[in-house]
Amino acid sequence: MNIALYVVAGLLLLVSFYKDRKKTKMALKKAWKAFENILPEFLVVILLVGLLLTVINEEVISNIIGEKSGWLGVFLAAATGSITLIPGFVAFPMTALLLEGGAGYMQIGAFISALMMVGIITLPVEMKYFGKKLAIARNFLAFLFSFVVALVIGVVMSL
Amino acid sequence: MKKFLKRYRGFLIAIVIMILITLFNRELGLKAIGISGYSIKEMIMIIPPVFVLLGLLDVWVPRETMMKYMGPGSGLKGILLAFFIGSAAAGPLYGAFPIAAVFMKKGVKFSNIMIFIGAWSTTKIPMFLFEMASMGTKFAITRLFIDIPGIIIIAYILSAVMKEDEIKKIYEDAEKFDT
Repeated sequence: MNIALYVVAGLLLLVSFYKDRKKTKMALKKAWKAFENILPEFLVVILLVGLLLTVINEEVISNIIGEKSGWLGVFLAAATGSITLIPGFVAFPMTALLLEGGAGYMQIGAFISALMMVGIITLPVEMKYFGKKLAIARNFLAFLFSFVVALVIGVVMSL
Repeated sequence: MKKFLKRYRGFLIAIVIMILITLFNRELGLKAIGISGYSIKEMIMIIPPVFVLLGLLDVWVPRETMMKYMGPGSGLKGILLAFFIGSAAAGPLYGAFPIAAVFMKKGVKFSNIMIFIGAWSTTKIPMFLFEMASMGTKFAITRLFIDIPGIIIIAYILSAVMKEDEIKKIYEDAEKFDT
């Protein structure tokens, strides 16, 4: 998927360059400025991810979702998903394994939903773009929403 | 230099913490550094094309065009476009924020930007295919069906919660992101 993104960006850049060099230069300048502007926050996020994921590893997640059940398990699963930042290509095989290991569908649903929609670690970056209030409100609503997902997944999967 | 230190203060503090942890617990520290290294690699892979695209978008697509398709009064067309652009994306959620900023500059409606963010976070097409493969069709489709209304509802709650002048301020701040 990354390759597709590079191909699209590269092709558009070529077309842009062919049509108007000055505008292309301006676009690249804007791209760099926008990146440099957010770089400090990005770097902090990356180090935080490193620190957190050393503490919260697969085993811890499996303990939380596997041993406990019910809504407490759902809550803990959603909370764990909120503070971790795992790419989907790693997360889905992992949750599939957790399911085989006896984890509940509700907890897995809450974990996946929170993992994707809530980003506690990326909050500094989000706040820089959206301001405090909007960033917090969005994450809070997404956190609540992961319970809805858990409920629906729980019902549907037991049919 | 002073400005540099101030901007990168958080990063420098995090590095010092990392070094301290490594000194006290070598294994834990090295593991954290390894994971951070992996994340940096992921970021380096995804960021250049995303920022190049947003630079091109900013320069080439006129504000009027974006307003017409996704601005206030764009209705269902705007919602569908926001969903589509967000779902066609790749990469972690933080890649979506700079694009949201350009959308703001171009006058895209607030609720549509929130739908775009929601779609980027959880209804990405390549990710959906992957989810089907590893979690099963029933699980993935159920989640998709609940996510679509969920994203729209969250977008509209956020539009209602945010006051007019607060949204205006966020849009004004977005203007400054490439200066």
